Amino acid sequence: MEIKNVIEYLKAYDGPELKLMEVCGTHTASIFKNGIRSLISPKIKLISGPGCPVCVTPTAYIDKCVEYAMKENHVLLTFGDMMKVPGTKGSLSDQKGKGAKVQLMYSPFEAVEKAKQHPEITYGVAAVGFETTAPAYGLMLRQAKDLGIQNIRLITALKTVIPALSWICENQQDIDGFICPGHVSVIIGSKPYEALAKKYGKPFVVAGFEAEHILAVIYDLVRQIEKKEAKVKNLYPHAVHDQGNEKALAVLEEYFEPGPAMWRGLGVIEDSGLYLKDTCYDAESRGLDQDMELPEGCRCADVIVGKINPDQCPMFKTKCGPMNPFGPCMVSAEGACGIWYRNQ
Amino acid sequence: MCIAIPGKVVSTDGTTAQVDFKGNMVDVNVGLVSPHPGQYVLVHAGCAIEVMEQDQADELIGLFAELEELS
Repeated sequence: MEIKNVIEYLKAYDGPELKLMEVCGTHTASIFKNGIRSLISPKIKLISGPGCPVCVTPTAYIDKCVEYAMKENHVLLTFGDMMKVPGTKGSLSDQKGKGAKVQLMYSPFEAVEKAKQHPEITYGVAAVGFETTAPAYGLMLRQAKDLGIQNIRLITALKTVIPALSWICENQQDIDGFICPGHVSVIIGSKPYEALAKKYGKPFVVAGFEAEHILAVIYDLVRQIEKKEAKVKNLYPHAVHDQGNEKALAVLEEYFEPGPAMWRGLGVIEDSGLYLKDTCYDAESRGLDQDMELPEGCRCADVIVGKINPDQCPMFKTKCGPMNPFGPCMVSAEGACGIWYRNQ
Repeated sequence: MCIAIPGKVVSTDGTTAQVDFKGNMVDVNVGLVSPHPGQYVLVHAGCAIEVMEQDQADELIGLFAELEELS
């Protein structure tokens, strides 16, 4: 089937309204970049789910990172996305001007080099991310252990996607099908979605990032829903194997174990967090089971689970923008609000 | 945050590879894959997560270049 036939089909779709959820910030951005919504029927709604690990990180985690960065002889290493996420006492960026020792990292492996050069300092790595990122933290710790480096700690807020999708299926039954995240699926493969498809009777299709990939996945989901099918398909076979990256999964198994984790907007989800088995390298990451109240008027929690689109939030483009973010969905480059703001 | 970008492996040394991202040479951990020089790897947070064929890598490089223009 040619792509023009796919577009014709999707544009002409006139059945019941369908809600398809993607859970990957890069998909959100690609849908905008390619004007996918303008190519399909308005009866096919594309909803952004919890696809940005920064956006689902609770305020209390930011506070914990700030507290860590204030300690004597301690430095916090973080990805840039986390810098402006508001905590109760301000963001990491705000606190950096007030004595917090925060350094940006592009890769967790930088911690090893820094720790080797400065044995008098303990480096705390703000370990945020989904399954795509978690193996890198494990490999970094392997390097540190091999070199006998002990002045590194992880402050983990690592999360896994399958329990969150399960939560969505349980709590938001109006989602008809799922566009599965491409790079998370590189690690976990397409198999883990099968239990969800069977239990909830909904189709799950793994997507790449080109317009053709996404249109093909939307078409497949719509056709499956019309035929009352609930299959798992992998339409990103260039990079995703059914079994995932087995070496990466082995690293996760070696260094991490599941535990409850707090998701902004969703609450605590059992077994959705990854925690270090070897607590010698952990900076008391467990037990973060409370989130602070979101600022008044902030509807990030509803955006994260796809209950509203970003432009339905009263703060959007009025009090909340990339230069003055109110909530995390506007802060992160992968956050739904930030992507909508930049592309509308 | 889960963005992964393809680059071309120039050389390998144990679990580290030198990878060419449009002319920028970067050391990448290849502990999760076993690439050979000349192959493309999909890199996230300094870590190669998959080996890719060249045409698939070119497709992604083009996409991410366009996404960068928008951000």
